[in-house]
Amino acid sequence: MSLFFAILFYVATAVFVAGLAYKIASFARTPAPLSIPTTPAPTTTGGVVLRMFREVVFFESLFKGNLWIWIFAAAFHFGLALVVVRHLRYFIEPVWFWVEFAQPFGMYAGFAMAGGLAGLWARRFLVDRVRYISTVSDHLMLALLLVIGTSGLGMKFLVHTDVVAVKTFFLGLMRFDIQPLPAHPGLYVHLLCVALLMIVFPFSKLLHAPGIFFSPSRNQADNPRETRHLAAWAAKMEAKN
Amino acid sequence: MAGPEIKAPPYREIPVPPALQPDATVGIKSFVANEKIQEAIGFQGKLADNWQETHDKAIGHFGTLLSKYRSLRVYMDACVHCGSCTDKCHYFLGSGDPKNMPVARQDLMRSVYRRYFTPAGKLFPSLVGARDLTQEVLDEWYTYFYQCSECRRCSVFCPYGIDTAEITMAAREVLDHVGYGQKYTNEILGKVTKIGNNLGLPGPALLDTLQGLEEDVKDETGVDVKYPLDVKGADVLLVTPSADFFAEPHIESLIGYGKVFHAAGQSWTLSTLASEAGNFGMFVGNYDLLRKIALRIREAALELGVKRIVVGECGHAWRVAYAFWNTLTGVGAGGKDPFAIELQNQLDPHFKQPTHICEYTWDLIQQGRLHFDKEANDHRVITFHDSCNVARASRMGDYPGGQFDIPRHIIKAVANKFVDMAPETIHEKTFCCGGGGGVLSDDLIDIRVKGALPRMEAFQRVVDEHGVNFLALICAICKAQFTKVVPYYGFKSSMVGGVHQLVSTAIKLGNEQ
Repeated sequence: MSLFFAILFYVATAVFVAGLAYKIASFARTPAPLSIPTTPAPTTTGGVVLRMFREVVFFESLFKGNLWIWIFAAAFHFGLALVVVRHLRYFIEPVWFWVEFAQPFGMYAGFAMAGGLAGLWARRFLVDRVRYISTVSDHLMLALLLVIGTSGLGMKFLVHTDVVAVKTFFLGLMRFDIQPLPAHPGLYVHLLCVALLMIVFPFSKLLHAPGIFFSPSRNQADNPRETRHLAAWAAKMEAKN
Repeated sequence: MAGPEIKAPPYREIPVPPALQPDATVGIKSFVANEKIQEAIGFQGKLADNWQETHDKAIGHFGTLLSKYRSLRVYMDACVHCGSCTDKCHYFLGSGDPKNMPVARQDLMRSVYRRYFTPAGKLFPSLVGARDLTQEVLDEWYTYFYQCSECRRCSVFCPYGIDTAEITMAAREVLDHVGYGQKYTNEILGKVTKIGNNLGLPGPALLDTLQGLEEDVKDETGVDVKYPLDVKGADVLLVTPSADFFAEPHIESLIGYGKVFHAAGQSWTLSTLASEAGNFGMFVGNYDLLRKIALRIREAALELGVKRIVVGECGHAWRVAYAFWNTLTGVGAGGKDPFAIELQNQLDPHFKQPTHICEYTWDLIQQGRLHFDKEANDHRVITFHDSCNVARASRMGDYPGGQFDIPRHIIKAVANKFVDMAPETIHEKTFCCGGGGGVLSDDLIDIRVKGALPRMEAFQRVVDEHGVNFLALICAICKAQFTKVVPYYGFKSSMVGGVHQLVSTAIKLGNEQ
């Protein structure tokens, strides 16, 4: 089993990193020929950075759009962020002080994460508009994340696993030295789903995470009268004139 | 006339999203362009007889667009189906057809993207909502992508800024490419590229109209206000939507621009070559046409030797002028290439190029160079409708949001009675008039009436509560749409007019005592 998970995580990491790098490169390579920020938009690069910060950290547009989705999405994403920070301790030795500091918060963040996911999932059944647009993969993605969250919470609060051994396993993986993984069904489920999430990430709507940074309606400054904005393929047309 | 059987949807008692009514507007389909119209602007004349050929061509062109437009590429991947946009489209609110929810409209195209351009859609189509491109799918694209006015309201509320307008433009571009164009838009594209304006008014007709206008204004005011055409060496070139030359109430604003120039002692001219500010090339997402039409303005500016370019009241035209002209034609500043510098050296760098007529007028008002008899507008209680392309795709003035303040400042400077509609229906959250983006066609009147519902609800409230009797606009399409559609909601067409119509009513031309 340890060997299976070791290989699984090597594969998952490779797919995650390579797939994401490929997608990000394709976003970055594709030109944005016209200036199309959704206005009112900041007129300077500094302003754009601030707008992007508000979008990424506070989900500003979603807040304007729908308060319920915002509450659930914020609970899930903030929860997830803290949980990820908390999990850093499995990959570093000695543990950084701020990761240490986040430990108790990360514990409760797990509940926020699961609660947010449950709320988002409930909307897919209860709100007819959202039910209409939901695909099978939308449901499966929420299921996958919820299994990850609940299996994690289960190990923390119900049936503990040997976290020291888990840490040894992952530190070993990072040195290409495979150590035994505790035999624990909850842990197996947890890790299996995390690996699956990493594998589907570059092929799914999880691309919203890198995508927002490349969204022209959000990342462009509103300065078209002052700056000439010209894509390479469009500039070629001028040469012909 | 399809008039009688089409009814405005009832106002919503409490403005909650309507219950879904699948296929409510599936039958509202605008006329398809014939071969002549298509070929005149360089598109394939009609669909190939053989479906496979159309299919391959469509997918091929879709792929090309994905490699040329980052917006399309990112927006195809980034949507998580969160639902924030689902109740934001005026066509959905007015019709209940779920395919008018922005995300569902996007998914008409995204489903095809997934099938042909992503591993997940190739391997597990039903899991990720991917589907083959079939004739039925293409028909659905045609129907629903011509029920989008590209107003960008959805993009305000999307956590990733996904702009359905970009997707609608791409879909229409694919449709045009395979010979499945819309009659209304493509016919107009033919006129503007051939004759120089969307209405197909030739130079002599234009001159005639303007001379008539001078006589009318002289009769009315006793002042010789000029409406010059093709004057070389004039300082300002005014580029305005061609509807301003003859349509009501548009022409009242044109009269107003002329009075402002007159009062300011400004040397100005219109141009036969650039007798159209509108640019429907944007509506169909075709860069070549967009550029070709915009280049007429560059050509006219160079030929007439003007120092400044001012744009009349028109929403999408202002978007094209403000956001795209610098890219397409070099009208702007900051160019470092010879193409741009040639024009930018001629234009006066002290002014923003191009300048919106509202920016122009407001500047003069601030300088104290215009004087008004505000009481002349006292018979009007005015509200202002933010046009979508001005509100969400461009700007006026020096700071973000100037596009909301400047027209209101002008109205308040020329009239005493002004009141805003509900805050959730103005500024960046403004509702489309229901006729923008290539929807302003008689064969789409049903969806136009339905799409006007949210705006009409907000308007009805200020009519009831404040006695509003004038809906002030800065867009030729808004003016045409509301003039036609407000009667369905029980209002008179004469309640609709331009901001410079109000200016025109109150401005003092220097002969009063």
